[in-house]
Amino acid sequence: MTEKITVHDPRGYPPKVDGKRLAPRLQSLDGKVVFLVDCLFDNSEVFMDQLRMWFAENLPGIQTRMIKPRESWKDDPDMRAEVEAEADAAILGVGL
Amino acid sequence: MEAGGIPTISVHTDKFHRLSQSVALANGMPTQRQAYVPQPLVDKSPADLRAYIEGTDPVSKHPFMQGIIEGLTKPLNDNDLKGQSFERSTPRLLEPDSEDNLRQLFIDNHWTDFLPIILPTEDRVAEMLEGTSRKPDEVVGQLRPTAFREAWEFTVEKVAVNAVMAGCKPEYLPVVLALAASGTSARSSSTNSFATISLINGPIRNEISMNDGIGAMGPYNHANATIGRAYNLLSINLQGGSVPGDTYMGTLGNGYNYSATFAEAEERSPWTPFHVGKGFEPDQSTASVFFGGWYTQAGYGPRDTWKEKLRRSLAGCEQLIAPIFVMDPIVARGFVDLGFDTKEKLAEWCAENAQLTAREYWDDQWIQTLRHPLAVAGVEPFASRLAAAPDELVNMYEPDDISIVVAGGETQGNWKMIAGDYRGATVVIDDWR
Repeated sequence: MTEKITVHDPRGYPPKVDGKRLAPRLQSLDGKVVFLVDCLFDNSEVFMDQLRMWFAENLPGIQTRMIKPRESWKDDPDMRAEVEAEADAAILGVGL
Repeated sequence: MEAGGIPTISVHTDKFHRLSQSVALANGMPTQRQAYVPQPLVDKSPADLRAYIEGTDPVSKHPFMQGIIEGLTKPLNDNDLKGQSFERSTPRLLEPDSEDNLRQLFIDNHWTDFLPIILPTEDRVAEMLEGTSRKPDEVVGQLRPTAFREAWEFTVEKVAVNAVMAGCKPEYLPVVLALAASGTSARSSSTNSFATISLINGPIRNEISMNDGIGAMGPYNHANATIGRAYNLLSINLQGGSVPGDTYMGTLGNGYNYSATFAEAEERSPWTPFHVGKGFEPDQSTASVFFGGWYTQAGYGPRDTWKEKLRRSLAGCEQLIAPIFVMDPIVARGFVDLGFDTKEKLAEWCAENAQLTAREYWDDQWIQTLRHPLAVAGVEPFASRLAAAPDELVNMYEPDDISIVVAGGETQGNWKMIAGDYRGATVVIDDWR
């Protein structure tokens, strides 16, 4: 019979995951304000602008507003506060 | 924003599907709404990007805009309302098994660099721990594959486990602990295929017979090779993994990810050792880490046309990350003969002469992503570079961005420029003895 040995697990310790609830969804986007959050990745601005134009051309009843954080990959509490105060929904892009 | 009551949906490129799902899970929102477009986004025209929007989500296979609208309007279901809190941990020991099965387990779990490892038995780890006076269960620090991923915590014992796997001797453990304590992973998950180059200074180089001579940056010394390997293995295993498509996205990969640790040739350098230049005492042993490792240029000299050669080479370095300029002592003495009697003077010359036109400087994915927002916000030196005319030359770096190190066996006047963002990360090895 092949001898069995015991070895250490090489992995570190992950943090606890705290569950977070999603916000309730809207019944419809008609008449709503949707913030388009440009995450600042190279060419994201152009993509989000095309998204803005798509909404204007196809769903003009939805009001879109472009917004971006001050810096890439860093939380911008002021931007989040503005979105939470004035948006009905938000689309974030593009994450790479 | 979800916590603030705003329904959101995030858009990613399809190559980041697995990564985005695992990040959502780790953040306690596994059903966070996500939508995908084809990769790449960079360098695509407005018409191309419109086609993405009007096309099919390559992950869901449904129309992209249908997914966007449904993500914001389709009611939450039972899964969404569950809440996903859970504890996670990793065991100290694995289930006993045969050596062959354990080796395969380590490979299958992506716990190795796919080269043979030394299995970390309890005896071997206990012997490794004799290399430090620190307690096995003491927390060393945290590592993460990138700034916006979760950080994993680890102990002295866990570092020792990975040091055994790499083939280190116990007397190397303080160096490995110092590298782990730096908080900089040697296995970044970035699409850039980064590596972390590490430099050892001070007396410990000679105590453990590190190499700063012929082959200093290559696989020609037990300490250099295994310490660098241990840094990579512990980065994989103590940060939550380095798995392609999830915790590793480097499109090309990088040979420096096997091992990239070397010692400075302090005794044969005409200049101050690197760590002394950063304010440490000569008799302190230190480990310094340089994040980048993804471009390498090389040359000889300094010869008659050294200025032209260096200007071309500096312009060929990537704008975001300045180089570590590693040079053989022959080269260093040559620069001293030209009047550069300190590393600082040479770094200043390099920073003054590392230039691109403003058009070229800004035509870079990472400069656009990371520097352009700062420039728009008026942060210098980026704001001035943004204000420059397209054909105006702008400086790529500040003098402090460029690190100069002396190593090599004096068989040739050879130098290398390797991407290496220092970030102030020098750890005192003596604290881990």
